[in-house]
Amino acid sequence: MVDVAIVDYGMGNLRSVHQAVHKVAPDASVCVTDDAKIIAAAKRVVFPGQGAMRDCMRELEARGLRQTVLDAARTKPFLGICIGLQMLFEHSSEGDVPGLGVLPGEVVRFASGLTDEQGGKLKVPHMGWNRVHHADHALWNGIEQDARFYFVHSYHVQPSDAALAQATSDYPTPFVCAVAKDNLFAVQFHPEKSAAAGLKLLQNFINWNPA
Amino acid sequence: MLAKRIIPCLDVTAGRVVKGVSFVELRDAGDPVEIAKRYDDQGADELTFLDITASSDDRGIIFRIIEQVAEQVFIPLTVGGGVREVQDVRNLLNAGADKVSINTSAVVNPQLVADAASRYGSQCIVVAIDAKQTAPNKWEVFTHGGRKATGFDVIQWAKKMQKLGAGEILLTSMDQDGQKRGFDLALTRAVTDALEIPVIASGGVGNLQHLADGVKLGGADAVLAASIFHFGEYTVQQAKLHMAAQGIEVRL
Repeated sequence: MVDVAIVDYGMGNLRSVHQAVHKVAPDASVCVTDDAKIIAAAKRVVFPGQGAMRDCMRELEARGLRQTVLDAARTKPFLGICIGLQMLFEHSSEGDVPGLGVLPGEVVRFASGLTDEQGGKLKVPHMGWNRVHHADHALWNGIEQDARFYFVHSYHVQPSDAALAQATSDYPTPFVCAVAKDNLFAVQFHPEKSAAAGLKLLQNFINWNPA
Repeated sequence: MLAKRIIPCLDVTAGRVVKGVSFVELRDAGDPVEIAKRYDDQGADELTFLDITASSDDRGIIFRIIEQVAEQVFIPLTVGGGVREVQDVRNLLNAGADKVSINTSAVVNPQLVADAASRYGSQCIVVAIDAKQTAPNKWEVFTHGGRKATGFDVIQWAKKMQKLGAGEILLTSMDQDGQKRGFDLALTRAVTDALEIPVIASGGVGNLQHLADGVKLGGADAVLAASIFHFGEYTVQQAKLHMAAQGIEVRL
């Protein structure tokens, strides 16, 4: 039984996620896998995602991992990252595609033509280091309020249950960039690429024992 | 709000970081892994590696460097140089790169940008454009390290790359590169105003004010520099403090 399974459904590079988890938990067994049995038996599951949500959903289905991911999201410490967050919701306007429906809400695109306070153009994708304003949750332990994390995305989640939100970021108006429910936590940014703050969040996930 | 990014650039050949003036007179700047760690400690927002290896025998070296850096540095890594096909993109991502920069091959085969973006996502595809001014407010795309003219207008080319799926543009002024007189601000402004995707300004940084000007006057989303950091003139932290003092949002 592995301590941490990182779900690999063929979308993008999971090496950096693996390395970052290994860095904060050098003694834990960490494995990047598409094997449903290994994921089902793992103590914790990380669910990353890159690229377009339609492709991610298709590849997840093609590997027969939908039910495995749904089960993990409901039963054990589970961390969604980027598209791995978006896929937990009911529907995405990116390609008009249904998600896994673990959480209620939509995934929508940032409007084009956004500007900042000085009238500067805000580009899409939202790419770079933005401040994260967080609520109280074990995964934020030791992380400064408004710490910066690395984002790269053009779509963001809109939970229909406001109680799910665990953090917001501004671009230029606030959007939800982290959600939690029971044993599940998911973030829009990339903790594996967010230097010390990101490693701290991953460490908190490794130490997290949801009731 | 989103911070403007400072990106140190490491030109790598035969396993060493080098820096030259307008692609000639290369000077050794040290070991890439050590330099990457130093910039990470100084608060660099990302790192860009350009493999300028001339010999195909040495191609494998960049993979080992990226693997080593990715084990120790947890910020985004971009790698460019010699990317010709989707398999090259895949190999670099597997070595630990987060983004791959495509330059000459985008001109030779624009479909590569579309194929790589659709396979791995726009977030990891950077198109590098080397621009030379040909007339007032007019710039042309060059390839092969600035030696070969393409006849393409930079603005039109950048828009085409955005449409094909580039997630970001790395824009280098061949006129300014290595001159230490600052970015070509008119070029930077023209490209960033024309695009929806982020633009990294590159080429010509000689002091910290040049970085601030790239953002404030050029409208760049990120600024890239090499020699001012490599030879200890300034640290990344100093650059950020200088920009912050002028009201630019940075990650400190």
